[in-house]
Amino acid sequence: MKKFTSRNSLLSYIVIIAIAFFYSRDSLVTTSVAGSALLFGLPLAMAAMVGILSERTGIVNIGIEGTLLFSAFLGFFIGALSKNLILGILGALIGGTMMTLLLALLAVNWKMDQIIAGTIINILAAGLTSFFYKQGYALPAILPRWEIPFLSKIPFIGPVFFTHGPLTYIGLILIIALWVGLFHTVWGLRSRSVGEHPSSADSAGISVVRLRYLNLAIAGAFGGLTGAYLTLELVGSFDRGFSAGKGFTALALMIFGRWNPIGALGAAIFFGTAQAVANQLMITGVVNIPQPFINMLPYILTIIVLAISAGKVRPPAAAGAPYEKEKS
Amino acid sequence: MRRLLEISNLTKSFPGVVANDDISLHVNAGEILGLLGENGAGKSTLVKAVFGLLTPDSGTIVIDGQAIEYGDTLGVISRGVGMVHQHFQLVPVMTVAENIVLGDEPKKFGLIDRKSAKAEVLRLSEKYGLEVDPDAKVEDLPVGMQQRVEILKALRKDVRLLILDEPTAVLTPQETDELLGVMKNLASQGVGIILITHKLREVMAVADRVVVLRNGKVVGSASPRDTNEAGLAQMMVGRSVVLEVLKTKANPKDVVLSIQSLEVLDDRKIKSVKGIDLQVRSGEILGIAGVEGNGQRELVEAICGMRNRVAGQVLVNGKPTKNLHPRSVHEDGISHIPEDREKHGLVSTYSIADNLVLNQFNQPPFAKGWIRDLAKVDEVAKELVEKFDVRTPSYANLANSLSGGNKQKVVVARELSQNLQVLVAAQPTRGVDVGSIEFIHNQLISARDNGAAVLLVSAELDEVLSLSDRVAVIFGGKIVAIVDAEGADRNYIGRLMAGLKA
Repeated sequence: MKKFTSRNSLLSYIVIIAIAFFYSRDSLVTTSVAGSALLFGLPLAMAAMVGILSERTGIVNIGIEGTLLFSAFLGFFIGALSKNLILGILGALIGGTMMTLLLALLAVNWKMDQIIAGTIINILAAGLTSFFYKQGYALPAILPRWEIPFLSKIPFIGPVFFTHGPLTYIGLILIIALWVGLFHTVWGLRSRSVGEHPSSADSAGISVVRLRYLNLAIAGAFGGLTGAYLTLELVGSFDRGFSAGKGFTALALMIFGRWNPIGALGAAIFFGTAQAVANQLMITGVVNIPQPFINMLPYILTIIVLAISAGKVRPPAAAGAPYEKEKS
Repeated sequence: MRRLLEISNLTKSFPGVVANDDISLHVNAGEILGLLGENGAGKSTLVKAVFGLLTPDSGTIVIDGQAIEYGDTLGVISRGVGMVHQHFQLVPVMTVAENIVLGDEPKKFGLIDRKSAKAEVLRLSEKYGLEVDPDAKVEDLPVGMQQRVEILKALRKDVRLLILDEPTAVLTPQETDELLGVMKNLASQGVGIILITHKLREVMAVADRVVVLRNGKVVGSASPRDTNEAGLAQMMVGRSVVLEVLKTKANPKDVVLSIQSLEVLDDRKIKSVKGIDLQVRSGEILGIAGVEGNGQRELVEAICGMRNRVAGQVLVNGKPTKNLHPRSVHEDGISHIPEDREKHGLVSTYSIADNLVLNQFNQPPFAKGWIRDLAKVDEVAKELVEKFDVRTPSYANLANSLSGGNKQKVVVARELSQNLQVLVAAQPTRGVDVGSIEFIHNQLISARDNGAAVLLVSAELDEVLSLSDRVAVIFGGKIVAIVDAEGADRNYIGRLMAGLKA
């Protein structure tokens, strides 16, 4: 695992020492801040996976926002109408996949400009979800929390990591699985070759079109899972404009995390921590900042992060370019 | 002899062109077939169809007695066909081993087995005597080494038919000879080889049989024993071509271009020009010979205002040029035929006429104040298109409608049609067909005879030797020797280019 550089391990030491320090000062607050950091961060991380999967195979996907919105919408209403959360989750997965497969149709088959294709997804999702939105529906319940036996009793680590709903665990596991998949499996090597230099893949007998479709479908499932998490596990309701820019923040995290699932997860938790700390400071009255400014924090951080990483990171070389197989 | 490949009546058209028009040819086991033709003659299209990368409109391709399914690259590979592509089909950010196994990767517990991939690469590399580092990232390798990776990739499966599409374009003379040796060796083991190249010398050296394409058709075939380079060139172009550059002895006068202790950084901020001094006189051509990537590109860009100079200066007629931007350098008297005509030479979506005045469109007589004089532009464009033999229905057509050779003629026409003091010509005939090469060479010679100081940079040693009056050899960002071109020893220069102490 050469990818884990000394810079990263240094960072992890600093984080561990900082947590230990705060924990020794006030264990309750530290635990709650760390817990909400994960709550805020995880949906962003999962949404970033949509972008990573798409761009690693060469499709720029700015339609994550629309994918989240539409899948949350479908998940909520199917869950509310059928009074069945499992059907809700399935609905969200289907909704997410529908959106990314539409992107595949526009970008892979019709070779449309991918920024415009992504914008179409966002506008379409906003339109559909506003038009069909009806007030007065409610879910039967939200997804239950699972306290993992024994593990949840470990101080600090237990409450932070092992007292969540099922989609949190699934999300974390899938993010790690995606990292292994991308960098250590045949599928990952081929996917990345398609995203970096599609004609090489083609000349090795790999179908560029098929892989791009497959990976966009998987990306859609990640988006659907994120939508399901937001509406069925975290919030329990749905409103117009429910995704609130998370899809765009996820794009920034994808870049900050260098198109690496673990990197993006780390970036998302950093974001979540900033949000959680700000909230905590406000609750305890240490600082008195108006709430709108606190709400701005993720966006301001996004700008700072993009400004810092701009020019230093390198996206997959073929991202954004439709593949023309038959060129003379 | 066993027929390895039999192509019958193959036709493939793209919108507006018939790239392959009813082509039939065959390759036997143990035979090297030279496939010759100008740019756009349809050579690459033909071999791509064989390799399953294109779907022909009609015709059949039979490999080893069995017709192939079109577009089935994997099937073709499994039948023992390997291809070295003109543009390397390597993923730059991946390692050598990853690139070689891509498409048929060794697995262990569902994961990629990097260890056995590495072992396989080492085995291959030993078997064919082509040394590579399996862990190196392809983008960090020099082009010659990348070529090796590309060849090993093609040879990985027990190859019976090997297709090489312009494999020597980026190699030094020594590397080329080495590759030709590898090809002969493979052929003696029964491998059939198709060699596509522009370079007649290579075909004469290794091919058993030559097939020539022109405008998508087979126009002739010959055995190298029964013909010579001039005969092949005539077949390619359809008229007789003068391969030798005919020039009179140079009559150099004062030093016009003077480069003093120039140091330049490359894109990775590493010093790639490490203190170069050169003088070019009026009426002479100074050629720079070197393997690509030894600082030539950075040198040229720094002279022409496209790259910062870290130290040193460039003088024209004794006056230092300001390195503000390309236009200021141009105004100081330096004209430039850039290496990458698509990127720096032309605006491909502008008309040919606009491209012909690209560096003076805003000056009289092409502009009056803020208003362009389009009538004047048309008048000059018409004249230049004729004088420089740009083959196009109209100068109002877009530049990207032209073939490579004609695009280059537009660039040459623009740069040579002005009051010329210094001309920096980088790879002036790269990817250009034999007929256009002859024309461009003559234009460079006549620029010299009209008193220009010409600095020529080319990866083609033959071109440098035949055009230049003096040759400077560049290696590792330094000029290691300057010799007279007349009577220069090819091998001696080749060794200097490779960094050997001659």
